[in-house]
Amino acid sequence: MIKKTLTSVLSALAIAGVVSTVSTPSQAAGGAEIPSQSWSWNGPFGTFDRAALRRGLQVYAEVCSSCHSLDLVHYRDLGNIGFSIDEIKAFAIDYEVEDGPDDEGEMFTREAKPADRFVGPFANEQAARASNGGAYPPDLSLMTKARKNGANYIYALLTGYEEEAPDGVVLMDGMNYNHYFPGNQIAMAPPVDDDYVEYADGTSTSKEQIAHDIVTFLAWTAEPELEERKSLGLKVMIFLVVLTGMLYGLKRKIWAKLH
Amino acid sequence: MSSSPIEFKNPVLKWVEYRLPVFSFIDSSVGGSYPAPRNLNYWWNFGSLAGIILAVMVATGIVLAMHYTAHVDYAFDSVERIMRDVNYGWLIRYIHMNGGSMFFICVYIHMFRGMYYGSYKEPRELLWIIGVFILLAMMATAFLGYVLPWGQMSFWGATVITSMFSAIPYVGDALVTLLWGGFSVDNPTLNRFYSLHYLLPFVLFGLVFVHLWALHVHRSNNPLGVEAREPEDFIPFHPYYTIKDLFGMGVLLIFFLGFVFYAPNFFGEPDNYIEANPMVTPAHIVPEWYFLPFYAILRAFTADFFMYWPVAWLMSAKLAGVLAMFAATLILVLLPWLDTSKVRSNKFRPINKQFFWIFVADCLLLGYIGAKPAEGNFIIIGQIATFYYFFHLVVLVPLIGILERPKPIPESISTAVIKSAE
Repeated sequence: MIKKTLTSVLSALAIAGVVSTVSTPSQAAGGAEIPSQSWSWNGPFGTFDRAALRRGLQVYAEVCSSCHSLDLVHYRDLGNIGFSIDEIKAFAIDYEVEDGPDDEGEMFTREAKPADRFVGPFANEQAARASNGGAYPPDLSLMTKARKNGANYIYALLTGYEEEAPDGVVLMDGMNYNHYFPGNQIAMAPPVDDDYVEYADGTSTSKEQIAHDIVTFLAWTAEPELEERKSLGLKVMIFLVVLTGMLYGLKRKIWAKLH
Repeated sequence: MSSSPIEFKNPVLKWVEYRLPVFSFIDSSVGGSYPAPRNLNYWWNFGSLAGIILAVMVATGIVLAMHYTAHVDYAFDSVERIMRDVNYGWLIRYIHMNGGSMFFICVYIHMFRGMYYGSYKEPRELLWIIGVFILLAMMATAFLGYVLPWGQMSFWGATVITSMFSAIPYVGDALVTLLWGGFSVDNPTLNRFYSLHYLLPFVLFGLVFVHLWALHVHRSNNPLGVEAREPEDFIPFHPYYTIKDLFGMGVLLIFFLGFVFYAPNFFGEPDNYIEANPMVTPAHIVPEWYFLPFYAILRAFTADFFMYWPVAWLMSAKLAGVLAMFAATLILVLLPWLDTSKVRSNKFRPINKQFFWIFVADCLLLGYIGAKPAEGNFIIIGQIATFYYFFHLVVLVPLIGILERPKPIPESISTAVIKSAE
């Protein structure tokens, strides 16, 4: 009886221990609970919705990139999600990078090439802060991995603005009210709204759809290996289960002589 | 079972064996000439599993080192380059990252197994003590390695842990400056941590070698805790335990690679995907999960903690916490002498068995508290759990050994096994 009680207490503790270690807050308290969305890349067979990725890139380029960099991604990486080399060149050509020094020792600017990293909006952190009232718009490359429950959190954040702060909440100068941001005060103005972009494929341009698309794109920039990881994982798991099953059979056979 | 050297028919094997008896060495270490108790259960798999993970960590670590740049300006980006541009770099890095957690899971289970079955008792005290030092070397290695990706948790974890040493009287500050190679965690710190992170696994290999050497002298303990003596108590290590360990490896790999492929960041902190920034402190600085019980002990020592009172005239609460944290591991060195019972296995120790599980629960509770912010009830619970950790080892274990009346112990392994078979 005591043993049974002990075992159940133990297992409860063990579960509590495991859960708590993974749910240690990486964010200060103060944000509302984050609702879960359905994402195409969730689950063991998940993949990125290619059309959503294209729309997401468009949202990044037309909206986010005026403040946020994407330093870890190269233009060439778009080739891995179905962009042709010509499309990538045409996309990169709109950006300028500093290169050099040339034969005269001078630095010069040129059009971006597929081998370049995404060109950010600001030369450095100071320039970014100067243009944003002192706030520093973070790089977005790893954002869905760098926040707890990343994809759902960013979606909630993008769609969680309130025009007026609730009664009793005094916002600091230049701040906006957001249900999901820790502390509820965020420097970023509402970044998406209905019809902020125009989709060529006729998809709805509701703010929810735009947020969904950009989060899909950012999930890809954070985990570009995800599809390869999951498909290789499936093969490895099948192999291991068969191998381990055979090893178990062999173990039984060898040990049978003993019993 | 006396082991007579095996004969080789193959002329090449014969030629080598005559000049360097490597094959008979293998045979007497993990082969047919190494006798093992016939009744080892699956809890005995975790030693070999830990060894397999050590090999995996060294192999993946060597590849990572080929692509990693130990400089504060490049470290974070070089890790991301491994994740994005190095062929299968994401796989190698995720294996190495999760391998650390797997290593600690296996070693902690291995240690609790040793405690449950009294494997640390005479004549295996040194085997156990070497094991405690293996744990310490692992902890140092893991801590150093966690700093290398130069994320926010890397930086702030390094800052918190190295700052602990400043609590040491007189030399503390000088020691911290030496650890840092300067006056804060910075580029020199990253460089020396990288160097030491590459060095320590070889120290680990050395310790594991001595651990195995000691193991082979008196061989494995077993679930009954009765020394195996008769020939029928033993079976040859190969093929019985080689196949059992291989099967265990298969199960481990499914578990391990399941995380690598499907939840690679399960054990990690999101904050470590933000590059280190000395100007921004994370809301909660938490170490990796395998340090949480020790972190809880460290933080339990506040000025009003009753375990601190007796030494309050001597040292700061901070220093007491640091010492308690190290003592929590080092006290295990004394376990063979703290345990006064002659009976090894908890199978025959009804009282001690209950307290063993309470102790396990206490360790898990400490881990839970270590993950929580140091505020309110968490502090009180952490202090009680810390007290109980030491109370169990220093008071309960010796007392139970004296007061408890053990159940009758079988004469030998073979009689017990045959009896249970009937």
